[in-house]
Formats: sequence, C-alpha cells, structure tokens
Amino acid sequence: MVATSRASGTTDTLEALAASREVLVTCGSGGVGKTTTAAAIAAMAAVHLGGKVLVVTVDPARRLATAMGIERFGNAETPIPPEAFAAVGVEPRGELSAAMLDTKASWDDLVARHAPDAATRDAILANPLYENISGRFVQSHDYIAMERLYDIHSSGRYDLIVVDTPPTRNAIDFLAAPERMADFFSSRLLRWLTAPYQSRVFTVASKPFMNVADRILGSQFLADIAEFFMLFQTMHDGFVERARAVQALLSERRTSFVVVSTLEAAPVAETTYFIDALADDQLHLGAIVLNKVLPAYLRSTNATHAARALTDRAEELAPGLGDVTEGLDAGPDDIARVLHEVADRFLDFQVVAKREAELRKDLADHADALATVPYLSDDIGDLGGLLEMGGHIWR
Amino acid sequence: MSQKTADPVELLDRRLLFVTGKGGVGKTTVAAGLALRAASMGKRTLVGEIDAKGDLATFLEVGPLAFEERRVQENLYAMCMQTEESLKEYLRLQLKVPLLARIGPLARTFDFVASAAPGVKEILTVGKFCYEVRERNYDLVVVDASASGHVVSQLAAPQAINELVQVGLVRNQTTWMLDILGDPSLTGAVIVATPQEMPVTETIELRDRLAAETDVEIAAIVVNRVLPELFTDSEEAIFERFATDEGTAALADALDDSVTPLFDGARLAVTLRRTQARHLARLRRELDDSVGVLYLPELFTRAHGVRVTRLVADALGEELD
Repeated sequence: MVATSRASGTTDTLEALAASREVLVTCGSGGVGKTTTAAAIAAMAAVHLGGKVLVVTVDPARRLATAMGIERFGNAETPIPPEAFAAVGVEPRGELSAAMLDTKASWDDLVARHAPDAATRDAILANPLYENISGRFVQSHDYIAMERLYDIHSSGRYDLIVVDTPPTRNAIDFLAAPERMADFFSSRLLRWLTAPYQSRVFTVASKPFMNVADRILGSQFLADIAEFFMLFQTMHDGFVERARAVQALLSERRTSFVVVSTLEAAPVAETTYFIDALADDQLHLGAIVLNKVLPAYLRSTNATHAARALTDRAEELAPGLGDVTEGLDAGPDDIARVLHEVADRFLDFQVVAKREAELRKDLADHADALATVPYLSDDIGDLGGLLEMGGHIWR
Repeated sequence: MSQKTADPVELLDRRLLFVTGKGGVGKTTVAAGLALRAASMGKRTLVGEIDAKGDLATFLEVGPLAFEERRVQENLYAMCMQTEESLKEYLRLQLKVPLLARIGPLARTFDFVASAAPGVKEILTVGKFCYEVRERNYDLVVVDASASGHVVSQLAAPQAINELVQVGLVRNQTTWMLDILGDPSLTGAVIVATPQEMPVTETIELRDRLAAETDVEIAAIVVNRVLPELFTDSEEAIFERFATDEGTAALADALDDSVTPLFDGARLAVTLRRTQARHLARLRRELDDSVGVLYLPELFTRAHGVRVTRLVADALGEELD
C-alpha cells in the first residue's frame, strides 16, 4: 500500500521544486538513470534558475564528466567551464559544478576533522580495520554520502545541491545511516569490546562475550578492533552531534527527494516501497521522474487494428504495392515479409507500452510532480543531451 | 588472480554460481532461470537471494522466502539470505559455540558485531552458500548476488578477513571458503548485462575487478533483453521506401487504415536495435573470446512471474545446448 505524501501541493513542476529547495536527493533502484537525472536537474537549474548549483554523484561516471565538458571530476568540487555550455549554444544564468563521492577520501576528511589531535588521527588512518570500514565495506557508503552532503551544504557555497544516492538495494538504508552511526557510537557493546583494553579488570557483563569473541576472532584481531573503537570514541561527541545534524537537514523543508524509476515491474516495486519509506520518515517526496518511457502512439487502439489488418492482408496487398519499391530488387514476397515484420514489431512494443501504462497508474498522485522522459534512442553524450532530457521533465 | 582452466567447465556443471551485474539488468530473472533450467535437467538445485527484496519469490511465484530453504518444485529449492539466521547457523554448525553464548550478548547485538568486525556480514552471506557446496547438499547452488559494486566486497571478504585475522576459528573457516571460491571447477560468477552503454561498461569493469580482487572465475556473461534484428539489408531498403510519406500513403490507401504509428514503431525498433548492436560489438571486442557469452531475447510478453522465468530458462537452455 502506498501512502500519499502530497504534503504541500505548492510545487507541481521540477522547476518549481528546484527553485524552492536547497537540497534535492535523487533515489531509486539501479539502472533507472538516477545519476543522469540528477545531472540533468542540476544543469537545468544552473541554466534557467541561476545561482550556484552542485551535483554530487556516487559513480565514477567518466562519461558523465565528459558530457559536462570536463575531463574527470573527483572528490573535490569541479566547476563546469562556460565553454561547455557555449559549445551547445547555451548561456547559463548561473554556475554548475560537479563532485564525485569518493568514500575513502571522505572518511579520511571526516577523521581529520573530528580527531582531537594529529596522533589520534594518524593512528586511526593507519588502523587495518579503518581501511576496511572506510574503503571496502558496503554500509559505510550510505553514511558518508549524507555526511558529505551536510558538509557541503553547511559551507554555504551553493544555492542548490543535487545529490545522487548510492544504488543501495535496500533503498532507505542511507536515510537511517546517520541515526545508526549515532547509535553505534553510543552502544553498550562498544564499551564491552573495548573494556578489557581500557582496564585490567573485566567487567562481569563483558567477560562471557569476550571469551566467545576471542575464540571466534582471535585475540590479535580483537585488539585491532578495540584499538580502532577506542580511537574512534575520542571522536564520539563530534560524530554523534554531526549525525544528528545530517538527519535534521534531510527532514527539513529545504530538502526534497526525487524518486527516479523506469516503468518496469521491479523498479516500480522499489519506487512504491520508497514512497512509503519517505512518508514514514516524514521526508518530502518532491517529484517522481519516470525515465525511458515508450511513446504514447504505441498504445493506440486504432493502430492495433491497422497492425492486425496488415498482418492478415500483407500477402494480398503486396503485389499491388510494387510502385513503392520501384528500382529495388524486391518481389511481392519480400514486400509482404517487411510489412509483416513492421506489424509484428508494433504489436510487440505495444505489449510493453501497455504494461508501462498500467505501472504508471500505480505511481501517479504520490508526488507533487510526476515527470516523464521519453525513450531517448541513445545514452546522453554531452551537456546538450542532459539539457534535452532536463527539458522533458522541467515544466 | 583467477586461473584459466584448459578445459572450460560447462556452466551448469559447476556447483556454485554467483549471478551479478549492474542494477536493473535482470539478475534475479537470470538466476531464477538458470536454477529452473538446472532443476529441469534433474540437478538438485538451490537458488538463494542475497538482498531480501522478495524479487526471487516473485519470479518463482512462491510466497515469501525465508532463510530455511523450501521446495519450490521438483529438484528446486529456494531461500533468501538473512545474516542473523546465518550467524546462528554458523555458530552452531561451524564454530560449535554453546547455546548459552548464542543467546547471550552475541545474538542480541548482532548488528553491532556485523558492523564492528567488517566483513562478518559478507562472510556469513558467502559462507552459507559455500557451506551448502562443501556439504554436497545440492548439485548446484545459484546465488542471486548483489549488484556490481557490492558483489566484489562480498566475494573478496573471505580473503580480507583471512588477512586481518591471523588465528582463531574464523581464520580456519575462511580458508576452506577460499578453497571453494577459488576452484573454477566448483565456483563461477555469471555477469548479467543488457546491450546498453552503462551495463556494458560495468560488465567490463566488474570482470577486471573480480580478476584483480577475488579468486572467483567468470563462468559466463549473459546479455539479457537483446532486441531481434528486424531486417536484412535488402529488406531494410524496402522498409525505407514504405517509411517515406508516399510509401506510407500508398499502403494506407491499400489497407484503408492509417499505418503511420506502425512505421514510427518499427523505426523506433530499428533505432534501438542499432544502438544495441553497437554496445554488443563493444562488449565482444572487450571480452575477446575470453569468456562465453549467452544471449537472451527481449521478451515481449505481458506476463511476469514464473512464466517469464520459464521463458528465460528455455532461452538459456537453447543457448547452452
């Protein structure tokens, strides 16, 4: 069941949404064009609304960088040169920058910021567990994405920040991430785990746990874990406070979520789930963007009749259509085969287009704005392509 | 790190297949299709979903799946990964940890343990499937694994833990897991792609990362949703004539009905197919015959669920024969 989250009703286009928010977060399942949508919204905002706009992506999307007229962009915010806009005949009213989320680099920044002194910082950065947590394992990406967003937002350098979220299958993980981080650092087990290293006397409560943990993990590894968390505890207060602030930014009215989907069963199911999750957390769903939607003429019932008639009568009609293929080495059989193919393919695609229309019904009315991007024949290759896509969803 | 076998192992003769690929390309469909195909060949097959999103249950049209596997049809069993359940089973079967400790702090604070000791979650996930292979409970275990980015972390976790943990029971556990994962006669990864730019690019990157960071060999690339070739060159010339205003008008006259949307639709199909052909060519060039490629056609069906899985299983069967 999908909850309706038409809270404000004040914005009904992406343009109005982008003009009234400071942060837009795009989310949705993998492969639906989330990153491209984020970039297109940011580019449209820079061109039409003006101000300073930043798009933060999670993918090392080389092609997207090229599309935006820069060689590559990394963890640092990289301005898109005015020439890139000029090349596609556009003079933007504002400025566009892009940054990528480099998880490892962002974690390092975070540690550097919160560590009480240089020695603690270096000890954390050198800890083998830290390397694993920050670089290798999955959940840390969720938190750091939101943390990075907060960091950039509170710098006050941008009027609008569009953030592309990690392709988490469990889509709300990253929303809960700040809270989970705070819980994590306040947890009793963390104290248990570090207790034997902080005092010579095991507490009664932690002893059985340590016995089991030692058998399973070995004492050296336990020591590494303990060192890591003892070091991390020195950053506890700053960290928890920070996680709460990140959470607050996400729930404020200056932040809206844009859910991106294609009209296929699995992404739509994920989108429905996401709509509910946002409503549960009282986060604002500003728009749903439907990507790669087949054109409406494919659903025409009249055309269905024509296609069926053509299938039935192709052989009968072909001999009378020789004029059309004059000069080609084409007999009636060849013509009939081509006409069959045309009719059959139409009916094939009609099945898909009708399936899409059904799924679309499930998603209508859940956001202030519902925007549709038609099936563009190729991937977007330059800023012009991004703006063309943006043009479909903007108003 | 992956080693090439002189004699390539038939895909379904391996014991453990991790099906992965970029999000949205049809991993679950292909995993379910492979499992269904294997089961219909008489292999006792387990198919497991790693991300408990419930897609696998949809594609098999069975109720919600649990950690405890259930029989779906003859020779086919399905389950979904729940790391907490896996931890309990692991502690019980592998580490022989007494019941008292299992219901103590460890179980209560599972989330903490999983976060505190990085890789635990990944190990429990991959370990469960390795365990089923080691115990020879099934002829084939098909894993609907995580998407590109995460699957490398999961498959690399035993190695990472092996390096971090020098002694203890966990170390012993990762050693036998690595033996299974690194044996190409037992284990293989199946990368699912679609003939589009980003899925092809991610497939190439994933192949490189799997080779560099894990011991798991790539068993096959499955290209899903390939559009049919519409016309031969001479047919295309005919099509182009009919697609002109005069051609369409002549046909509309003869049929006494408008055919413009039909030709627009065919034009769209031709364009999409051409774009796909370009990406397919790039994929073949990059792979350079180093790994087998299976092609699955776009299914123009109004069905979803088990009907689609059946169609995919049949198409896979044809490709594998």
